[in-house]
Amino acid sequence: MTDSKYFTTTKKGEIFELKAELNSDKKEKKKEAVKKVIASMTVGKDVSALFPDVVNCMQTDNLELKKLVYLYLMNYAKSQPDMAIMAVNTFVKDCEDPNPLIRALAVRTMGCIRVDKITEYLCEPLRKCLKDEDPYVRKTAAVCVAKLHDINAQLVEDQGFLDTLKDLISDSNPMVVANAVAALSEIAESHPSSNLLDLNPQSINKLLTALNECTEWGQIFILDCLANYTPKDDREAQSICERVTPRLSHANSAVVLSAVKVLMKFMEMLSKDLDYYGTLLKKLAPPLVTLLSAEPELQYVALRNINLIVQKRPEILKHEMKVFFVKYNDPIYVKLEKLDIMIRLASQANIAQVLAELKEYATEVDVDFVRKAVRAIGRCAIKVEQSAERCVSTLLDLIQTKVNYVVQEAIVVIKDIFRKYPNKYESVIATLCENLDSLDEPEARAAMIWIVGEYAERIDNADELLESFLEGFHDESTQVQLQLLTAIVKLFLKKPTETQELVQQVLSLATQDSDNPDLRDRGYIYWRLLSTDPVAAKEVVLAEKPLISEETDLIEPTLLDELICYIGTLASVYHKPPSAFVEGGRGVVHKSLPPRTASSESTESPETAPAGAPPGEQPDVIPTQGDLLGDLLNLDLGPPVSGPPLATTSVQMGAVDLLGGGLDSLIGGPNFVAPPAAAVPASLGAPIGSGLSDLFDLTSGVGTLSGSYVAPKAVWLPAMKAKGLEISGTFTRQVGSISMDLQLTNKALQVMTDFAIQFNRNSFGLAPAAPLQVHAPLSPNQTVEISLPLNTVGSVMKMEPLNNLQVAVKNNIDVFYFSTLYPLHILFVEDGKMDRQMFLATWKDIPNENEAQFQIRDCPLNAEAVSSKLQSSNIFTIAKRNVEGQDMLYQSLKLTNGIWVLAELRIQPGNPSFTVLQLSLKCRAPEVSQHVYQAYETILKN
Amino acid sequence: MIHSLFLINCSGDIFLEKHWKSVVSQSVCDYFFEAQEKAADVENVPPVISTPHHYLISIYRDKLFFVSVIQTEVPPLFVIEFLHRVADTFQVGSSNVGDTLPTGQLSNIPWRRAGVKYTNNEAYFDVVEEIDAIIDKSGSTVFAEIQGVIDACIKLSGMPDLSLSFMNPRLLDDVSFHPCIRFKRWESERVLSFIPPDGNFRLISYRVSSQNLVAIPVYVKHNISFKENSSCGRFDITIGPKQNMGKTIEGITVTVHMPKVVLNMNLTPTQGSYTFDPVTKVLTWDVGKITPQKLPSLKGLVNLQSGAPKPEENPSLNIQFKIQQLAISGLKVNRLDMYGEKYKPFKGVKYVTKAGKFQVRT
Repeated sequence: MTDSKYFTTTKKGEIFELKAELNSDKKEKKKEAVKKVIASMTVGKDVSALFPDVVNCMQTDNLELKKLVYLYLMNYAKSQPDMAIMAVNTFVKDCEDPNPLIRALAVRTMGCIRVDKITEYLCEPLRKCLKDEDPYVRKTAAVCVAKLHDINAQLVEDQGFLDTLKDLISDSNPMVVANAVAALSEIAESHPSSNLLDLNPQSINKLLTALNECTEWGQIFILDCLANYTPKDDREAQSICERVTPRLSHANSAVVLSAVKVLMKFMEMLSKDLDYYGTLLKKLAPPLVTLLSAEPELQYVALRNINLIVQKRPEILKHEMKVFFVKYNDPIYVKLEKLDIMIRLASQANIAQVLAELKEYATEVDVDFVRKAVRAIGRCAIKVEQSAERCVSTLLDLIQTKVNYVVQEAIVVIKDIFRKYPNKYESVIATLCENLDSLDEPEARAAMIWIVGEYAERIDNADELLESFLEGFHDESTQVQLQLLTAIVKLFLKKPTETQELVQQVLSLATQDSDNPDLRDRGYIYWRLLSTDPVAAKEVVLAEKPLISEETDLIEPTLLDELICYIGTLASVYHKPPSAFVEGGRGVVHKSLPPRTASSESTESPETAPAGAPPGEQPDVIPTQGDLLGDLLNLDLGPPVSGPPLATTSVQMGAVDLLGGGLDSLIGGPNFVAPPAAAVPASLGAPIGSGLSDLFDLTSGVGTLSGSYVAPKAVWLPAMKAKGLEISGTFTRQVGSISMDLQLTNKALQVMTDFAIQFNRNSFGLAPAAPLQVHAPLSPNQTVEISLPLNTVGSVMKMEPLNNLQVAVKNNIDVFYFSTLYPLHILFVEDGKMDRQMFLATWKDIPNENEAQFQIRDCPLNAEAVSSKLQSSNIFTIAKRNVEGQDMLYQSLKLTNGIWVLAELRIQPGNPSFTVLQLSLKCRAPEVSQHVYQAYETILKN
Repeated sequence: MIHSLFLINCSGDIFLEKHWKSVVSQSVCDYFFEAQEKAADVENVPPVISTPHHYLISIYRDKLFFVSVIQTEVPPLFVIEFLHRVADTFQVGSSNVGDTLPTGQLSNIPWRRAGVKYTNNEAYFDVVEEIDAIIDKSGSTVFAEIQGVIDACIKLSGMPDLSLSFMNPRLLDDVSFHPCIRFKRWESERVLSFIPPDGNFRLISYRVSSQNLVAIPVYVKHNISFKENSSCGRFDITIGPKQNMGKTIEGITVTVHMPKVVLNMNLTPTQGSYTFDPVTKVLTWDVGKITPQKLPSLKGLVNLQSGAPKPEENPSLNIQFKIQQLAISGLKVNRLDMYGEKYKPFKGVKYVTKAGKFQVRT
């Protein structure tokens, strides 16, 4: 018998007939009728008129029939809410049925009925099912809580279901544990700041046990949940890793990748000298490679993640180059990703193979892929110096094919190769010039023009070549116009006699006939330079250029670290933190890798930027203690992580250190190593929490007597990176003047003299207001404290993050570079109090998209205390009111560059030791909000 | 998690939709269609697409797109794996309005229902190995690996507990297991110990990649050339057996995507038959099996569009073949033991080796 019979009859009066059949006395007939109804429903016919008749069939002990009726209910309850109430009684009854299958079926269906009116009636049955003796019912009920939460979150909270769900994490049945974790994760998704998944060593143990026995989907939830936990030390990290590694052999790729995430994250805590560390590295490669034999969609996601993994730990896959070779029938999205990873893995050892492959790809059919392959050859040349020559000759071969887009790509990358290896491959210029006419893409034209200008003295007919471009000057894109202008000026400086006319022509085209301000500005600058001081012009225009860096598209290390915490998620596919794209911007929760426990390695950062790279050339943040501090601040927002004991904190602590020691003994906590103030572990008991902050209050009281809050000095430049010079420091603001308080320690064996300091351009134009004065030579083991006054009139360039400051320090030994993050409140000026009316108007005027919301937790201060604390750091309270028992403060502050930030601070006095401050910030430049919030947090918690 | 699911056929009709939460309008699929248009080929539609309010995660299976709509940060692999399972279910099946609906399972072992009963108790295993390889112009191997699986068909009553052991388990160092397998036993004894699910399932999949272990069973001699300034070219390929372990190679098919400028092909096969589709430019040669006495070849002329420049690149050859009763890695099952039940089951193991993505560059 086939199923098609249910779909056939379409004669008139069908509904009527069905109604009669549904009310038949014969069980079989009833069942057949319900099946017909469901069949009609699935093809889209309206059979809602039969609602009462179908619901009548519900009271049966035939499981099959019951399932069908429930299916019907789920479909029509939404459109017939009043009638759906009729079914409630049966639900309640079914939830007490002796057959656990029926109990589970009832509770599952309840969750799928998205009708507000009904949900209330379902709470009691659900509560019973959550405590059912049968695990199958409990696990179904756990999921039902998440479904109910989606319909009515308040109801779920009021009924205390969340607590019951938390209890289920300790259930004896692994499936129940897995579903409870799944439900809690789902709910936590809409409450990122809630402490739903509060993990401790006991619950972790439960999860690890359940991990071995639950379904594949449950494993994914559990692993993702584990990844949010921060083990207390390297031992715990290792033992979790050991229990997670078997998951790498799972057939489900999502399980594998979630396991990889946990391992990548916890590995961070293991010392590299450990045998286990090496074992783990070896174990990670095979499963990653296996992912590449799965379906193409899975491969794509896997490749995006592998791209992150090879940047973080290239050693894992360094021998697996071949699996990334492209097959001609791979989908294009897989091909492009594989190519990217091939370049990342390219090294001297495998470059010959890689090049042979790339050359093969460069003759394929797909244009996008071919272009990327050609570009990849150029990147190989820049990355692996020994291969540069071979790469260049490969590129020349490709140029000979005369395939238009291949030639253009080749020229673009050859320009980069010239920048990387000056005076080495210029012999190929002649070949390039032959292809001048075929270039029709702006990027290739611009690259070619750059080459002609740069090497004008070696190209006999450089003037003719450039002149040929000049004819259609106004039709060119801006990129080409700018290059042409520069190239001709270069040519003129090199061969002034014969090119005077040409240069005048281009200058007048750029300045008089162009509408583009960039082009005009550049034209005027050159013009003025040439007319006032040709020697200076030569020095400026023909200055030696810094070499371009090895790899241009590496992900910035702090972002990379964050993304490693998001392996397997959408963030890992987009290579952006979730806060950058998840709807509603709830993603303020930043994740960060746990710090390594061994102190010797704590200062070691994922090294990418060569230490000698001049600031300004690379926007890379060289991660320093400053970043670490930033991460800790962020951590506090996340799910409660018991403050990881940082071996390095003692260095940062400075003044607070002493206090920390005292505290430690006061509290007597087992693993509380006084962390920097911001990382007060939320898991500490309430009385301790308040006691702690009282003490911190004291310290801040001392600190604020004369100005803004001053963070303890942190090590910015460790001695091992600066030939024995250790620099630690902090920023202060006192009565309107900013200064950088430095502490220089000579840890080398020779005397240091001739100190000087310089800042790179930064977001707020911070610059030294006076030279660095170190009066006497610094002898070995000597330390000096210097306060360097700063102003904000330096040149401005937007940095990422905004408060990043790159500093160069020179002494008689060498020049050293480091970067640090300054707290934004050093930029809050003294006249930042806005007029009341003005405040109201401005608040309204700034669009709502610019409003950012933050929470400051564990800040047991009342409105007055908050107000006065903030005022000492130039955040001014303009008005205060009390709404429904909550204090609202309206505040303003102004940055040194004149940006106003308006704030509404809501103080929710709950439990006195656990107050939450809601901070809304409005500003015309919303990118500062995050940093202002951090400043608030820092000031209030210190 | 997954908010909604749309099933879309090749001509772009949304013929099925399912909403787990609130209803998401079909119009969200427009973003998908847009991406599809851009991709030119259906297989090239990117699997993750972002739209202003949702993310679309899709798979392409059997000429159908399974497009899921996501609203929160979820693991995309979770979704893709799930979609493939949905596709698997559809493949197996007729509509689910059958005469008997599957009942829920209440068993201590999640993957096996309780109370299974058969009159004939059987346990069969298929060891299937596929060779993925890229062979370069000169015939040397650029890349080769074996993707193997052991599929099981188990029809055993009660709660049987099986142990499967191998003659040479060391071959298996990169393995993915069905959750039923006890990992510890494998780690310590290299024995697959498990209580099997009922029916058909994939027991393990594995990868053998160290190059010296991967035998390449066929070679191809080829001579494909296009003359400059002429509207024809030559095509000549011959297939022969290489490391085939004395077994017959059968089911050979050669597929070639010829360059766009090829108008037609005039070829003569010494065995089998060939077709050339002038629209898609795909040449398919159905060879059959190799008899070493007379190697199969296919040669003749290629007609090119006159006046067009000669193709830059020779096409890759895609080879399919099959070798019965052989696992090319050398993997061999030693024995299967059953504990926990008293009856004597029928047992059987079959081996087969196939070409996976087997490409020869010319």
